[in-house]
This record gives sequence, C-alpha cells and structure tokens, in this order.
Amino acid sequence: MNLLVCISHVPDTTAKINFDAAGTALDATGVQFVINPYDEFSLTKALHLKEAHGGTITVLNVGGPETEPTLRKALAIGADQAIRINATPTDAITVAKELKNHIAANAYDLILCGQESIDYNGQQVPAMLAALLSLPFVNACVDLAIDGSAATATGEIDGGHSTYAGALPMVIGGKKGLVEEKDLRIPNMRGIMTARSKPLQVLEATENDAATRAAKFVKPAAKSAVKLVDSVDELVHLLHNEAKAI
Amino acid sequence: MSIIVFVEDWNNQFKKASFEAVSYAKSWAELAGTTVTAVTSSGAADPAALAAFGADRILTTTLAATPFGMAQQLATITNGSAGMVIAGTSLGRSIAPALAALSGGALSTNTTDTPSSVSPVTVERGAFSSKGIETIELIGGLPMVSFVPNSVGIQERAGEGLVENLDATGTDLLRITEQSIASGKVALPEAEVVVSAGRGLKGPEHWGMIEELASVLGAATACSKPVSDIGWRPHSEHVGQTGIQVNPNLYIAIGISGAIQHLAGVSASKTIVVVNTDAEAPFFKAADYGIVGDAFEVVPQLVNAMRAFKAGQ
Repeated sequence: MNLLVCISHVPDTTAKINFDAAGTALDATGVQFVINPYDEFSLTKALHLKEAHGGTITVLNVGGPETEPTLRKALAIGADQAIRINATPTDAITVAKELKNHIAANAYDLILCGQESIDYNGQQVPAMLAALLSLPFVNACVDLAIDGSAATATGEIDGGHSTYAGALPMVIGGKKGLVEEKDLRIPNMRGIMTARSKPLQVLEATENDAATRAAKFVKPAAKSAVKLVDSVDELVHLLHNEAKAI
Repeated sequence: MSIIVFVEDWNNQFKKASFEAVSYAKSWAELAGTTVTAVTSSGAADPAALAAFGADRILTTTLAATPFGMAQQLATITNGSAGMVIAGTSLGRSIAPALAALSGGALSTNTTDTPSSVSPVTVERGAFSSKGIETIELIGGLPMVSFVPNSVGIQERAGEGLVENLDATGTDLLRITEQSIASGKVALPEAEVVVSAGRGLKGPEHWGMIEELASVLGAATACSKPVSDIGWRPHSEHVGQTGIQVNPNLYIAIGISGAIQHLAGVSASKTIVVVNTDAEAPFFKAADYGIVGDAFEVVPQLVNAMRAFKAGQ
C-alpha cells in the first residue's frame, strides 16, 4: 500500500503560549514543538497497516525548514520517506490546496490525517482535502480496516458511532481509538540513526491565496479565584443563585 | 444575499444546537441587514418551528446520507449568499470544511461569538487548545462560521417562516453500514451538565454514585484520560485533548487533578466545580467552585442535596 500521513508541527501540549508584540502570531521563543498528537495516532495506524499489508509510508508537512525535526522524528518512528512543502501554513484552505496538488499528482491508496491540530484547532484540513479531491472522508475515525481496494471506517458521532464502507483512496481524520495510547512508538536509537539517511524532499509551494486572516490573538482573561465552600448545601445554593447553572 | 443556516435534525427532531444555529444566523443577518434562510431535512417533523428563532425562508430537502453529499447540496444554494452558519456538532464539523472547500475556504470553526463586523466578517474563535483567542477575518469566498454549541445561546426573534421544498442533489462517496447512538443516556458533546470523575475514585466499581449524581442532574457522565486508558470507563467518555471537548453550563469534576490535557477539553464550560482531596490540585485554579474533600463523603451528600433541590423546584 502507498500510505500518506499528513503531519502538523505544533507546540507541545504543555507549552506556555505567548503571542508576538503585534498580537498576530505565536511567539515561538522557548516553545517545544512536537508531532501533532492526533497525527501520531494516524502515523501509528499507518505503521500497523504497513506491517499487515506491506507498502510505503510517506509523511507530508506544509511548513518552513523549522518543521524538519518533526518530519525526521516521524521517519525515526518508522515512516519511509518525508516531503516538506515549503510554505508558511497561513490558513486551512491554503494547506489543503497544497496537499491536494501533491496528492493529485501521486497515487496514494490511503491518506491519513489527524482529526485536528492542537495549535489552531480548526478541524478543517482533512475534510477540505477530501472535498477538493472528491475522495471519501471519515472524521473522528476510531477504527479502520482495509480489504483489498476497499475500506471500512468507524467515526465518532455525537453520542455514538457511525461505520462507513467505501473504495480507496480515502481520507481519514484520525484520533485515539484508531490505535491506543500504548501503541504509540518512541523512536529508538536505531530509528534515529536510519532516519538521517531516509529521503526528505522539499517541494516549492504553489498556493498563496489565503481565505482567512488572523487579525489578533489574545490570551483568555485570567479566571477569578476559585470559591471554596465547606458544605454541599452551600454549593447547591451558589450554583442556583449565583452561577445560575442549575 | 441571505444568511444561510444548515439546521440538523436527529430522528426528525431538531437539536438544541439547531435552534442556536438559527439564532446565530439571525444575529448575523441583523448586522448585515438581510434575511435568514434555513435549510433542513424534509423529514424534519416541524420545520415551521424555526421561524420563532428568526428563519425567514425554510427550505426542506431530501438530504444525502453523508456529510460530503450534504455539503454538495448546500453548495447549490449558497452561491451569492452573504454567509453560512453551521453548528459545530460532529455532523457540522464534517460538513462545514467540505462546503468551505467548494466555496472558497473562508471558514471559522470553533467560533465562540457572533460577528462583530461584516466587512470583512470578523469573529472570535478558540485556538491553542483554549490557551488563545483568535480574532479571525473571513476574506475570500463565502464567509462561513461553525460555532461551538452552547457558546452563543438560543434567542427567540420571529422570522417570516415561509416553508418551501428544495431540489438539491449531492453524491455520497461512502455507504453507512451501521449507526449506533447510546439510548437513554445524555450525549456527552450536547450535555448541559456533565459529571466527570477520575482516578480519585480508586476503581470502576465506585462509579455508581457518579451515575446517580448524573441521573439526578440529567447530566452526561465523563472521565479523565487515565481512567479511560486503564479501562475503568469507555473511551467515548474521555474528556480532554485527544478525547471529547465539552461545553456544558456546568462541569462537575470529581477526583480529577486537572492535567493540562484535561483542561483543554473542558475550558469552554460555563461553570466548573471541582471536588478533590488535594487542595493543591491544579484543577482548582480553573474552577469556579471547589470542595476540598473526599469524593466518597462529598458525592453521596451532593446526590442528596441535589435531589432535595430538584424536588423543591
């Protein structure tokens, strides 16, 4: 199988988030970047599929040179080759079009994304990509089985699950459940060494028409101090009369 | 140049988020000086009910089975309209980006307020796992907003409410082979009250009191990541980053320390109550109300107090 995993390079979950002086972009100073956690579930699923069906795993990222360590990490975990489309990912549609241009010119059987990236939390790129390519798409995917040229995928819906069947190629927005937390792999020394010699190709960007503009970022107002109460009766009273939550 | 709103139904009934979506479209339409056109399934039991929230035209159509098919159907009528609203339910989160890809890509998801301007359309949205608020301008193509359910609320403002049939075709690229919704339980992403518990409960056999509290409050039950990872509770109850993101009026966290991954999934809650034996638990910093105490003492008391309160209403 020719497997593609789309990877985002995002601030670590525990990173302190600050914005630049103009308030229009993330201040990356001192921020540790990682593979987007949702993408890591999809990457691990790709490794399982390759082990079961054979094939090649390509990881693809739209970003500047600073994102290459994240691609190298994906190679160290087990991907075979990496591609970086050299562009600043300004908004979801620009990224989706860049991915589409590459995918349309290459024969992938399955395109695995994470449901969303934990930086902009848009949950947009995978569905946009599928729509641009007119390919089937399953969001919030927690189970995926391949049978020849067809796939069965289960996605979470509000309060339950929906299972879909369709032909490959297919686009997946993956999350935990696709594989379990314990299945995630940490690169070992051999993986890190071989990752250095695996191909990382840089392609020039072709799209530059953003449809949205980030005008300003602010941090949420600090929450006022918690009100500690001594009795459940007092809590019920406050929830009813003050918070109007019950 | 109407504002179009997609109105979701489930088993032919509108959801709470559906009325909120029409209310959102009405607020936007008032700012833009235009009308609201609602699009819904021809199976919906009472499409005219949308008029009370501001719908001027209500188009009913036989909806495709999958989000992509529905997005194609919506694309046939959004041409030339002033904007598009879709509630950020699981269905909405799949339809909106697909429709955006077909109409220029100017989509704000995870949106938490109605537009502050319409030239260009400007809204606020959550970013960086709730550690940032982005003001975003929709500058290319059809301006589209998908909002966080329960973030802007339902408002009653009358619209004309003309119901018409619409012929629109969409192609399903997938076949639905099975669909299951847990019955008799409040769905977590839609819950107004969530009762959530963590490792402080010491074992899955102690969840009876959590379910009892949830039942008294008409709440959904949830849990922390460690609890779902060790199999005490199903994954579908895991709230937080990589789990479910919730936005209830009231979130009650029992025996959860409040790791940053958990907070990322609950910070849209309007009121947060934390019960924990450890007064230093980080969750207290994110809470509105707290009780420092043992869950095994506090929860049964809380069940009784809430039951008495509900009985008195």
